Amino acid sequence: MNKGLKTLTNGILRENPTFGLVLGMCPTLATTTSAINGMSMGLATLFVLVCSNVVISLLKNVIPDKVRIPSFIVVIATFVTMVQLLMQAYLPSLYETLGLFIPLIVVNCIVLGRAEAFAAKNTVGLSALDGLGMGLGFTLSLTVLGAIRELLGAGSVFGLQVYPDQYAQLIFVLAPGAFICLAYLMAGMKKLVK
Amino acid sequence: MDKLIVSPAPHVHSSDSVRRNMLNVIIALMPAYVVSMIAFGWGVIITSAISIVACVLFEYLIARFILKQDATIGDLSAVLTGLLLAFNLPCNLPWWIVLIGAFVAIAIGKMSFGGLGQNIFNPALVGRVFLLIAFPVQMTTWPRPLGFASSYLDAQTAATPLATMKNALKAGDASLLNELPKLWDMAAGFIGGSFGEVSAIALLVGGIYLLLTRTITWHIPVSILATVAVVAGLMYWCGMPGAASPEYHLLAGGLMLGAIFMATDYVTSPMTAWGQIIYGIGIGFIVMVIRTWGAYPEGVSFAILIMNGFTPIINIYVRPKRFGEKKK
Repeated sequence: MNKGLKTLTNGILRENPTFGLVLGMCPTLATTTSAINGMSMGLATLFVLVCSNVVISLLKNVIPDKVRIPSFIVVIATFVTMVQLLMQAYLPSLYETLGLFIPLIVVNCIVLGRAEAFAAKNTVGLSALDGLGMGLGFTLSLTVLGAIRELLGAGSVFGLQVYPDQYAQLIFVLAPGAFICLAYLMAGMKKLVK
Repeated sequence: MDKLIVSPAPHVHSSDSVRRNMLNVIIALMPAYVVSMIAFGWGVIITSAISIVACVLFEYLIARFILKQDATIGDLSAVLTGLLLAFNLPCNLPWWIVLIGAFVAIAIGKMSFGGLGQNIFNPALVGRVFLLIAFPVQMTTWPRPLGFASSYLDAQTAATPLATMKNALKAGDASLLNELPKLWDMAAGFIGGSFGEVSAIALLVGGIYLLLTRTITWHIPVSILATVAVVAGLMYWCGMPGAASPEYHLLAGGLMLGAIFMATDYVTSPMTAWGQIIYGIGIGFIVMVIRTWGAYPEGVSFAILIMNGFTPIINIYVRPKRFGEKKK
């Protein structure tokens, strides 16, 4: 139980995929233009992470070592396709906004990284917890980053206007603002964990 | 001074100091400041005052309460950053935007890296480019030079020569260039633009002062201006449709201000003479690329920031030969 809890919180704080491991930077920078976009991207990745970790952990003794990466990718791609089709069917507007970044979860290094580093070596239960922790960590980071960028760049949080948008600074919705926010959040997180 | 200072030889004795150099640059900026004041009036004084006071204040607060260092405002570098930032702004910019620019310049551009001497990018340009991307409308609404007009709240706006040049280039139609102001007006300073970049002559006077006091060397400004002149000349004389003549490229926009005052910042430019020439040629090329093909009409600030990023690499590859070292 204690080990399970440790595995779960590991992904949220100490080895937070965004601020600790610095993995999956492409969706982190590209999709966090608003809090809701960041959170949706995080949740989609969370689903793929948990499912792929469980399946890969189940198959770890069957998969030959030499072809493990292609096998992992096939498993991951299956779940990404499921997310993509579900989102296209039930959340078409969100699907439009996130666009290419949903299929790109396949090559997100967090998913493959956890499959390789954790699921291929641990039990099913622990792998599920690791996927959940990592996914939650990723979701939290993306939501926070998205919320800050939306607040500074559009004057709102989750679509709620906080101050008039004529005072908002467009740069935070664009790429340079993503880098600036990420840098300060990362520095803050380093200080916090220490 | 009750501390024993131990430092390696050679021990050079001179009155040179950070404060002295910063003061020289500030003095050199004064002719341009006076011309802008005549051209734009009160807006210049108000904008620069807000910018300078805010930069000094932010630097003091961050050094004192966040970094917990001794405050470094005595070296005048924050004053210079504030003044240079103001030179890069239109003079009718709302005060709170100036304040944000000053905060970004000092907090993000300078103090985040550890203060003067450790910043990778020119702080004033970081502030300026941040504002340009954050508030594209306000930052490109240039007031017409009207002298001491009573109100700037709804100042007439003027198309800058660079915007005219860009339009001519896009349309591929050189006849649009007839709308450009006369060369003399551009050199003297009565054109729309950021307030510090209006008068090329006044900036050149300041540049000569800097060269005479040996605050800067000729390498960076000359290599930037020469590169721009050569590239613009090639485009013009090879008959690129809509290309403006090199004289206009040299006098327009922030080129003079950038080449003389911004690119020569000690901290963010290469250390050796050859390094500085490579750096200057790089800036000149990027300026012309952005002016010709970029989305923005002007690219001096972007060009300088990009080459600031290359400075550490240039410093590694262009090293002076050590005395007694043999050629390989």
